[in-house]
Amino acid sequence: MSSDDHELRVSKIRNGTVIDHVRGGQALNVLAILGIDGTQNEQVSIGMNVPSDRLARKDIVKVEDRELSQEEVDVISLIAPDATINIVRDYDVTSKHRVERPCQVEGVLTCPNTTCITTEDEPVTSRFEVLDDGVRCTYCGTIVRDGIADLIGSR
Amino acid sequence: MRDDHLLTSKHLTRADIEGILDRAAEIDADPGALAGKHDGSLLGLLFFEPSTRTKMSFETAMKRLGGDVVDMGSVESSSVKKGETLADTVRVIEGYADALVVRHPRQGAAKMASEFVDVPLINAGDGAGHHPTQTLLDLYTMREAAGLDDLSVGIMGDLKYGRTVHSLAYALSNFDVQQHFISPESLQLPREVVYDLHQQGASVREHEHLDAVLETLDVLYVTRIQRERFPDENEYQKIAGEYQIDMATLEDATPELTIMHPLPRVDEIDPAIDDTDHAAYFEQAHNGVPVRMALLDQFLGGSA
Ligand SMILES: [Zn+2]
Repeated sequence: MSSDDHELRVSKIRNGTVIDHVRGGQALNVLAILGIDGTQNEQVSIGMNVPSDRLARKDIVKVEDRELSQEEVDVISLIAPDATINIVRDYDVTSKHRVERPCQVEGVLTCPNTTCITTEDEPVTSRFEVLDDGVRCTYCGTIVRDGIADLIGSR
Repeated sequence: MRDDHLLTSKHLTRADIEGILDRAAEIDADPGALAGKHDGSLLGLLFFEPSTRTKMSFETAMKRLGGDVVDMGSVESSSVKKGETLADTVRVIEGYADALVVRHPRQGAAKMASEFVDVPLINAGDGAGHHPTQTLLDLYTMREAAGLDDLSVGIMGDLKYGRTVHSLAYALSNFDVQQHFISPESLQLPREVVYDLHQQGASVREHEHLDAVLETLDVLYVTRIQRERFPDENEYQKIAGEYQIDMATLEDATPELTIMHPLPRVDEIDPAIDDTDHAAYFEQAHNGVPVRMALLDQFLGGSA
């Protein structure tokens, strides 16, 4: 079976973004990164734990009428390093690329250290250096290895 | 130095450190040499946390260079209390001063502040983070007393929250120094710092008791264990007591052992030790002035 067959399990979208080859179980974290919680009438389809050729089980997230910022793609790469980002226009995939692990990520994540200056009411965007096995706050040095998804916070 | 600011000791090279210490030694030998050199220059002091000695030491250093200070004053009396952000405060005071010194209770505060200003900014302590100028005067003292290579240094007390400890450990990893960290388990070095020290190839050992290493040490750097780190008074008394030193403790030490402390101390070093050749902590405090003079001279355009 080709992966195209599986993509039919969730409906096609007209315009927007398909985030494919997300590691199984991470779809809801991808939505959290995108700040999608269903309250803004966002049109979203999700496939979870779908059999995949490339990954044993994958998730797929399709978001109608939304293209992602580089910051969002960077953070998605941390929890879904094999993901592909497909931009869809009028039912056609107009561009498709794998996410790349960046050297650092800005915004989106919140430092878990409550005494870090970035958690104060200052005009500063959070910034994390990407390590081989985690992320590190550029301001206070805190390293997070497990639970990066838990840092996707109040934005 | 590679940077326009002094935020941590992490990126200081051996050459950076030795350059400052050499300059400080020259100033120490001839205190009048730089008198009036920075006539008319102003140093902005922004202390968001109470500090007497670090602030006075910077003030003295600046005045000895012929300059003066503008002081934000205490947080209670300033606009910070009205909710002004640190980013705004430094941008305003930058307009008055040629360089800024910032102490703040939050980790990363100096780094963030430095991103908003064009003048040199010196971190004088950011929460449990870093305190690089203390480190430079610590290294100066250590070099005078024991040299900086082929050395065994014990660092004892609150290693978790002690910013002077973190900064010192980073800087010492530039030298041929065996670092021994002695603390109760709950106050061990942050794992992040241990990770960095290993990355830098430093020789690091952690111990729960001083007697395991005391006889091998050339330098013992003592820091205070604060009461608020423990929920229970009895537990505090019991644990802190194990990391206090007196004449009896020193029976197992070498006669050359140098004892340092960033001060203020409360009861972690028995005053009986003050009059022995081991005690270097008052000398250490005095060294803050020449070391900060050397630093300020460099940041204000020393070689010009
Ligand atoms: Zn942080």
